Amino acid sequence: MREVTYARDQRGRYVKVPSLGWEPKNIANEKAWEQVNEQIEEQLRLIREGQKSPLAYYMTLNLMDTGLLASYMRLSRWRIRRHMKPGVFGKLRHELLAQYARLFDVSLEQLKYPEAAHEGRAKE
Amino acid sequence: MNDVEIPFEHHQSAHCETGVISNLISHHDLTISEAMVFGIGSGLFFGHFPFIRLNHLPLTAFRISTGGIMKRVVTRLGIGVRWAKFQDPDQAMRALDRMLEQNIPVGCRTGAYWLSYFPRRYRFHFNMHNLVVIGKQGGDYLISDPVFPEPVRCPEKDLRRARFARGAMPPKGRMYHVTHVPRDPDFAGALARGINEVCRTMLKAPGPFLGVRGIRYLSRKVRNYPDKLGQEKTELYLSQVIRMQEEIGTGGAGFRFLYSAFLQEAGSFLDQEKLLELSDRMTRTGDKWREFALLASRICKHKAEPVRGCQGLGDLLAECADLEKAVYTELKQAAHEIQK
Repeated sequence: MREVTYARDQRGRYVKVPSLGWEPKNIANEKAWEQVNEQIEEQLRLIREGQKSPLAYYMTLNLMDTGLLASYMRLSRWRIRRHMKPGVFGKLRHELLAQYARLFDVSLEQLKYPEAAHEGRAKE
Repeated sequence: MNDVEIPFEHHQSAHCETGVISNLISHHDLTISEAMVFGIGSGLFFGHFPFIRLNHLPLTAFRISTGGIMKRVVTRLGIGVRWAKFQDPDQAMRALDRMLEQNIPVGCRTGAYWLSYFPRRYRFHFNMHNLVVIGKQGGDYLISDPVFPEPVRCPEKDLRRARFARGAMPPKGRMYHVTHVPRDPDFAGALARGINEVCRTMLKAPGPFLGVRGIRYLSRKVRNYPDKLGQEKTELYLSQVIRMQEEIGTGGAGFRFLYSAFLQEAGSFLDQEKLLELSDRMTRTGDKWREFALLASRICKHKAEPVRGCQGLGDLLAECADLEKAVYTELKQAAHEIQK
């Protein structure tokens, strides 16, 4: 994406110049995304091991924490935290699941099987 | 509703809030640059807040809290702006459509995360992104988003979500439009007041976290990062500062270059040599900030040794603080001259 920064021309006048990003900034951004991607992989591992529900994956993917997810779902934090348990998630009402799916913009199928959805995303 | 496309002159800008104000006011026949808006609105700032966390990392701010620039510019130039906020998304979207039907461009506050025209790497939960809606075609809105080179299209669903993003400082569908622009605003007075306020916050704000003292505070903190946080966290903390300083919307060097551009424009507008000289010196502080970002990024990339590197960072920040302090002290004098 082309951005604009301010720089001086030969006569010392400030002008807006298009920029494709500056190396230190790109490094800093990479660093931040690296961390997010690590967290996503970590959540997938926990889901595979049966320690967390698929919601954990979608929460991390959407850069949310329980507080933010709770405010989007209009539920209390502790209920969100409970939904992170695989057992509880498996028994959730259809309406709640649909609400989660709408929020994350995925199908119910994708919501329940994040691993497959993740691979599909990686191919894009 | 019918398709609408308001003829609107879109200028890409470095920062969303100043860009929106500049584009909106210019649309109403008072041409004003982004830099001017930034200066009159006293946008320049520094604050380091270890107790406020953004993605679990301490917050470093290089401009005043969003929304503040608009408020100041509007009152200082005597521009009329009507604000609205909503409970119900349907109502908010209908109100927007009604304004568009009257050919009035509408500014909206949104959560950037839901705006699908942003590439993914720019999308994070930030609820203070400003844009101007300039039309509607089919199910899509036409948007002048000041950080993009051209106007963009956004599906209704996404704009609705963005206007009702949740989390810190939710926009609650806030929108605004210009109702009145004075023919002959008092630019000199507005400039003086704008400059004055920046000098005051940077030099005199209480507590250790703000202004020049805030820069020194960060300088002390940075020196201890490797000891206190270890390698991995040091890198994350530093990259967070670089992002706040250089990420899209800063105009470069944590808004210092944008402010220099303002001082230059103000200097030639008022025919004041002194402001031009101070613009040069502000540029030099910007260059120092860039040196800081460069060294910090080398530490992140393991090209510089962290313990020695962080000492260097501390030194650079102390230099920034010294340079800036001198600039503000003289700038304050210069603002006094203007007001006379």
